[in-house]
Amino acid sequence: MPFNPHTPDDVEQMLAAIGAKKIEDLFDEIPKDLRIESLAGIPDALNEMQVGRLMSARAAQDGTPLNFIGAGAYEHHIPSAVWAVTTRGEFYSAYTPYQAEASQGTLQLIYEYQTMITSLTGLDVSNASLYDGGSAVAEAALMSIRAHRKSKSQRILVPTTLNPNYRKTAVATASGQGVRFEEIACPKGALSVADLEKYAGEDVTALVIQQPNFFGVLEDVDALTDWAHANNILVIASVNPTSLGILKPPGEWGARGADIACGDCQPLGVPLSSGGPYAGFLTTKMEFVRQMPGRIVGRTVDANGKQGFALTLQAREQHIRRGKATSNICTNQGLLVTAATIYLSLLGPEGLARVANECHRNLGELVGALTRVKGVKPAFEKPRFHEAVLLLDRPVGPVLAELARRGIVGGFDLSNDYPELGNALLVCATETRTAADIEAYADALAETLKAAVRAA
Amino acid sequence: MAMLKHPEKIIFEYSRPQRGSYGQWPTEQGTPNDVAADIPENLRRRKAPMLPEVSELEVVRHFTRLSQLNFSIDTHFYPLGSCTMKYNPKACNQYAMLPGFLNRHPLAPESTGQGFLACMYELQEMLKEVTGMQGVALSPMAGAHGEFAGVAMIRAYHRARGDLARNEIIVPVAAHGTNPATATMCGCVVREIPVNDDGDVDVEALKAAVGPNTAGIMLTNPSTCGVFERRIQEVARIVHDAGGLLYYDGANLNAILGKVRPGDMGFDVIHMNLHKTFSTPHGGGGPGAGAVGVSQRLLPFMPIPVVGKDGDRYRWLSEKDLPQSIGRLSAFMGNAGVLLRAYIYMRMLGREGMHRVGEFATLNANYLMARLAKAGFDLAYPNRRASHEFIITAKKQKNDLGVSAMDIAKRLLDYGFHAPTTYFPLLVPECLLIEPTETESKEALDGFIDAMIAIQKEAEAQADLVTSAPHTMTVRRLDDVRAARQLDLAWKPAAA
Repeated sequence: MPFNPHTPDDVEQMLAAIGAKKIEDLFDEIPKDLRIESLAGIPDALNEMQVGRLMSARAAQDGTPLNFIGAGAYEHHIPSAVWAVTTRGEFYSAYTPYQAEASQGTLQLIYEYQTMITSLTGLDVSNASLYDGGSAVAEAALMSIRAHRKSKSQRILVPTTLNPNYRKTAVATASGQGVRFEEIACPKGALSVADLEKYAGEDVTALVIQQPNFFGVLEDVDALTDWAHANNILVIASVNPTSLGILKPPGEWGARGADIACGDCQPLGVPLSSGGPYAGFLTTKMEFVRQMPGRIVGRTVDANGKQGFALTLQAREQHIRRGKATSNICTNQGLLVTAATIYLSLLGPEGLARVANECHRNLGELVGALTRVKGVKPAFEKPRFHEAVLLLDRPVGPVLAELARRGIVGGFDLSNDYPELGNALLVCATETRTAADIEAYADALAETLKAAVRAA
Repeated sequence: MAMLKHPEKIIFEYSRPQRGSYGQWPTEQGTPNDVAADIPENLRRRKAPMLPEVSELEVVRHFTRLSQLNFSIDTHFYPLGSCTMKYNPKACNQYAMLPGFLNRHPLAPESTGQGFLACMYELQEMLKEVTGMQGVALSPMAGAHGEFAGVAMIRAYHRARGDLARNEIIVPVAAHGTNPATATMCGCVVREIPVNDDGDVDVEALKAAVGPNTAGIMLTNPSTCGVFERRIQEVARIVHDAGGLLYYDGANLNAILGKVRPGDMGFDVIHMNLHKTFSTPHGGGGPGAGAVGVSQRLLPFMPIPVVGKDGDRYRWLSEKDLPQSIGRLSAFMGNAGVLLRAYIYMRMLGREGMHRVGEFATLNANYLMARLAKAGFDLAYPNRRASHEFIITAKKQKNDLGVSAMDIAKRLLDYGFHAPTTYFPLLVPECLLIEPTETESKEALDGFIDAMIAIQKEAEAQADLVTSAPHTMTVRRLDDVRAARQLDLAWKPAAA
């Protein structure tokens, strides 16, 4: 077996020290009738060369199509240094930093991450990560119920402009505890105060606002936040961290700022990788720090008065509080936080703003090029950031299938989640798309739509 | 063991206005960087975020130095009980990071993901085989996330049968904290039952606990006491006869891999910590993967998405295929990159390798236990075989010498060994839970034994050397009380 260092001699000596004849004897407390002899369904072992060949073939099979989907996961340039450093064994193969003295590297890194993500979101405190942007909304909803003691309803308002997969994740995660998510339809592509008025004066715990929203449209966050606060409703912001290079941070929304901000660190140096691992982030105001889920790192001093870092406020957590913990989360997404922290350090404030501006500019080019194609028009004429909804003159599915055959992943088909929008397609361009990429997509789309007409 | 001994500055302390890693910017330094006119004024950021302004070399050096302040498997023996800190093969990382896998968008058409989906489908099949379960879903992203999926499925099962009163989850006192926390998150009530002096579940207490409100029981087997639950079949019978289901916490699956399967023991649902048993890295606190396996009767309730196969094409199964699913637990499909690493590891182990994991993990643990017992350390369960881990109680050292389990743990750091798990399970006083894993050599174990013996001698001759440890790390013991009372959770520039 590839990863056992034991020589026959070692085994013999070890068994002698134990006082056993053979390894099999060490399993003598397991009832005999439960023991298995073979695992017929497992294939023969591959050595590293063989497994390398297999994986290279599998990866090559999927090709490298030109991608125009966002919808919660965004293709950005990832500086080489990010993963060169992140995959160092001392980060990659370390455990959760319970033994603080032997984990100062990870702990200080999380402290630096907390500093960056709180500044980015304009709030006071951050945890050390959640699973992803979807689970972060779920945890934020549960947290808002603990934080809003006067509200008894456990009602959370979620506009349909919130990522549908985030909504589904929140429902699956929080409904067991009696949390009710009420959806607010947003046919115009954005949430408006008018849509909310029917809840005025009612007992509602929190309102979730996604900025930019799932359609890429910019919500009127100041008005929405102020309305919620005037009605004693907490505000949960679900935000894209890249956009915060240029957009107003949740902590500054309206007069009092959002109460909780959450989202996904994926755009910060984390590859698309079929959906994970990513990392959810969650920040809040200091007054709610004890209601936060997950790990938190604090700066303190050691026995000699020297600066050091440790996990803190652990009385919230499952390993201390057990059934009364703020969440069951234990292992989170530490290595992705490492990548995001290195990414933000490399980009800096100006670099991040440049990425955001370039994404925005490229989306403008993309929408311009695609809407010049006959049969394509924009769905919502509203301010937006790096994503937009287009309406086609025919069902989206077959068009995307044809584009895929041409090596283009053309966007996300909205017809399953938003049938009311008709033949709607969500497209995205980040700073990684060139003018040539955009032209190639527009040409392929034009040919696809023409060919389909001919076929019809 | 070249640990960096001096502290490293906070990255913001390197920051200088107008410095940057310009090569990483999408547009050139000095060119316009104005926000487009179509973004309304009131939605724009007014003040730039506080992010460091540093060169690429400064970033690389800073984070490399931080890494050198860590213990890790690559640098140190890490006998952390219940955490299975085994070697993470480099091939798993390299081949999971092939561009074809990294650049695939999660919502890209299935036609452009057949190679990836084939790996995921085969991973599901292999996990079914090694656990004896009938279905596997891969999307939970950590052990506790898998627990959540499992208990939610148990609840959904009872509800689908109209059995609405069943909301109690039975948990032994030795269980991981995540077990009761998960039950609460699923809206269940927790009932704790004791374990007996040999580390097995107290079967009489279990009989008294089950009834018409029992939703299920959550068990780790081998348990966190480091022993195999010998009466597992009787436990399964009692719970099933009472109408409840059995949940298997896979934290200790490594101990029995290839020897005995949870499905054969009678478990209805399990989670597997792929970052333990299947050697994906722990990453300083994740990412993990908590795939769940189910018996026949829970198949309809699995979390989506699951990978299905129609003929020779792979596809995602959604709500449409599994209308009774407990739903979606992640934005996409969970920690795909972690799952790829587990797949590669399993393919490298192969059929015979699976058995050897359990065998050599158990051999190493029993060897370590026998040698430490012989050296005079007290075992919590002296009459039992070790599974892949075992417990030493430092009660004697605490009472006679004033040296606690924590002191021994901290002193081990000075000897270049990561500490075992301390003070867990809670029922054993001055507990050190030790899990060597199968990838450690006899020499590594002997080195650890020597260190333990040396520390015992120090404790007898010069206890304060141990009680004030560690002495050779970058920092001494940290003031946790201050950390919690004077919260400093983000760096702030010194007031000008």
